[in-house]
Amino acid sequence: MRLVQDKAGSRAPRVGLFVTCLVDLMRPSIGFAALKLLEQAGCKVEVPSQTCCGQPGYNSGDRATARDLAEQVIRSFSHCDYVVAPSGSCAGMIKAHYPELFADDPNLAPKAQALAAKTHELISFLVDVMKVNSVDASFDGAVTYHDSCSGLRELKIKTQPRQLLGTVNGLTMVEMNESEVCCGFGGTFAVKYGEISNSIVEKKTGNITESGAPTLLAGDLGCLMNMAGKLAREGKAIEVRHVAEVLAGMTDEPPIGAPRVSAQS
Amino acid sequence: MSAHPTTNRFIDNATEALADPQLQRAMNNVRSGFIDKRAAVAAKLPEFEALRDSARDIKNHALAHLDLYLERYEANVTAAGGHVHWARTAEEARKIILGICHDAGAKTVTKGKSMISEEIALNAALDAAGIVPVETDLGEYIIQLRDEAPSHIIAPAVHLNATQVESDFRRVHTHLDADRDLSEPVQLLTEARQVLRSKFLAADVGITGANFLVAETGSSIIVTNEGNGDLTQTLPKTHIVIASLEKIVPTLEDVSQILRVLARSATGQEMSVYTTFSTGPRRAADLDGPENYHVVILDNGRSSMLGTAFQDMLRCIRCGACMNHCPVYHAVGGHAYGWVYPGPMGAVLTPTLLGVDKAGHLPNASTFCGRCESVCPVRIPLPKMMRHWREAEFERHLSPATMRSGIKFWAFFAKRPALYRFATSLMMNVMGWMGRDKGRFSSLPLASGWTDYRDFPAPQGGTFQSRYEARRKSTPNNGRAA
Repeated sequence: MRLVQDKAGSRAPRVGLFVTCLVDLMRPSIGFAALKLLEQAGCKVEVPSQTCCGQPGYNSGDRATARDLAEQVIRSFSHCDYVVAPSGSCAGMIKAHYPELFADDPNLAPKAQALAAKTHELISFLVDVMKVNSVDASFDGAVTYHDSCSGLRELKIKTQPRQLLGTVNGLTMVEMNESEVCCGFGGTFAVKYGEISNSIVEKKTGNITESGAPTLLAGDLGCLMNMAGKLAREGKAIEVRHVAEVLAGMTDEPPIGAPRVSAQS
Repeated sequence: MSAHPTTNRFIDNATEALADPQLQRAMNNVRSGFIDKRAAVAAKLPEFEALRDSARDIKNHALAHLDLYLERYEANVTAAGGHVHWARTAEEARKIILGICHDAGAKTVTKGKSMISEEIALNAALDAAGIVPVETDLGEYIIQLRDEAPSHIIAPAVHLNATQVESDFRRVHTHLDADRDLSEPVQLLTEARQVLRSKFLAADVGITGANFLVAETGSSIIVTNEGNGDLTQTLPKTHIVIASLEKIVPTLEDVSQILRVLARSATGQEMSVYTTFSTGPRRAADLDGPENYHVVILDNGRSSMLGTAFQDMLRCIRCGACMNHCPVYHAVGGHAYGWVYPGPMGAVLTPTLLGVDKAGHLPNASTFCGRCESVCPVRIPLPKMMRHWREAEFERHLSPATMRSGIKFWAFFAKRPALYRFATSLMMNVMGWMGRDKGRFSSLPLASGWTDYRDFPAPQGGTFQSRYEARRKSTPNNGRAA
């Protein structure tokens, strides 16, 4: 499958946007930022019916539930040229774990593999597949970037967000120490082992604060909510956003965990 | 400690560890020390990643032909004049070792560092039999003085600070000048060396572990940094090697391949200071060495891992890189895990050895950040195996009822997209409205594990799917952004 940006009549790739359940429920603006970035890159975007990729069940040992939900995703998205998610964790679930989940199922294994092959995390999709090398956005000030674990280690996302952030007008990048170390979120881990999770995120907010950047970005809402929640509890005035919001120039919404100034629809 | 696991108390152990300022200070050294050194030494070796593949393949091959290589190893040890003993369980291993010690008339036993010794609780058994075990690895010596278990598989005393060691030495080494200066780590090392010297010479039996058992030569190999292993195995009349059966590799060439990733992964050294090969007892022309050479090969449940989802775990070469890079290990230290093997490798291995009903917390207490797997020299998929344990627990209804019902409740909606969209849209509108002023919640029912420590960001209100649908209906271009 080699579909390039449609300039000379070639078909625009049909992208199924998998917004992820967290973005769907907690922060729809990230979904709209993803939509905008994909359309700017020349994709034809649709939003198939979706709930969750199944990762919470999968990582809790409930393989049957994980398979049911994975099957649902396979059914909803198989017709798309690409599946793109604004999350390394959920994209990683589809890409790295769906084939494993159906390895013993001769009917679904090829479908899971086919879906895995065309599934991408948003920013790496823009850079690696759509060959986007700059964005048309402005953001005043310094940002620091946390490399979320699944994106970094399962999908090798490291340079792509930094490359695009480097083209945002007015933005400067300040690297924190240990940006590749887990923030302590880990899905249900954060609730089941709250005290340990807290110790891990404290080290992370320490590194974020030490960077001096007034804004923290990352590519996974779970990690962002964990870090934003801790920064808020510590009384730190650091703004936390998903990287897609900045790249899409959609930073009108209050940052994660910040008060809503007025009712917005 | 190894005889009485506290793996079921993991959460309480962790709470205590997090409240221990000495421990937290010591764990900060792990965070910086091991990680940077490994990264630097790996970066200097262009073929490092290829060597990891090679190490993985060698171990896989050995495991696929384990019976063949173990028999060949035994034949070669016997041909060299040594004895191989097979122990199915920890108890059998202890019995065999006590028997050998008894035959040697042993009063004191020096010991090189061995995790298998911890696994079979050997020191307690020796003590009970009236034989004094003397740990000779500096870290092991320190924790023996403190009556503690190792908190790390290669750095047993990593949970301690130098000042704690100093006070232990002053407490125990009362025959030395009370006014001596022990403010520098090297002074502690020198003192331990002096104290241990006479014990090396007095020992009747020396017990070491093994990093490798080599089938083609019948050799056992230890890697150390202090030289204590050499003195332990060459000075006494009897040398006992204790090793688990997966330590077998086919050839010396294989050993030299794996050695290239072992020390780099473990301590960030290119090679350990000492790599010591022993093959049988002292021969006629040898200047030194033991008169009797015994190898005790322990199974203790490992053979039951063959052919299962956990077989890959038997590749482990005990470098400790997984725990050195683990955020949970950094937070709570090794003792919190409650038994011999801490960190990610322990989270996989301990449920095998103790039962998942006793060690269920361990494979659950992971964020699945994957850093362990990313540094494992033999590429063990540690998170995947922890997930296998979670699946085993779920199937056997061992996972907590609240977690199970939570998952089922969530799955009920997630499997019904239309109902899910309706219910979540409603709920997020309510939550968004409730959280609109502060933008976050400082407490939430059923989520105190989260909100005890951090706020929970409020949702924006509405869901993406409901907003997208509304926009799609109201715009002619099917909801595309302008």
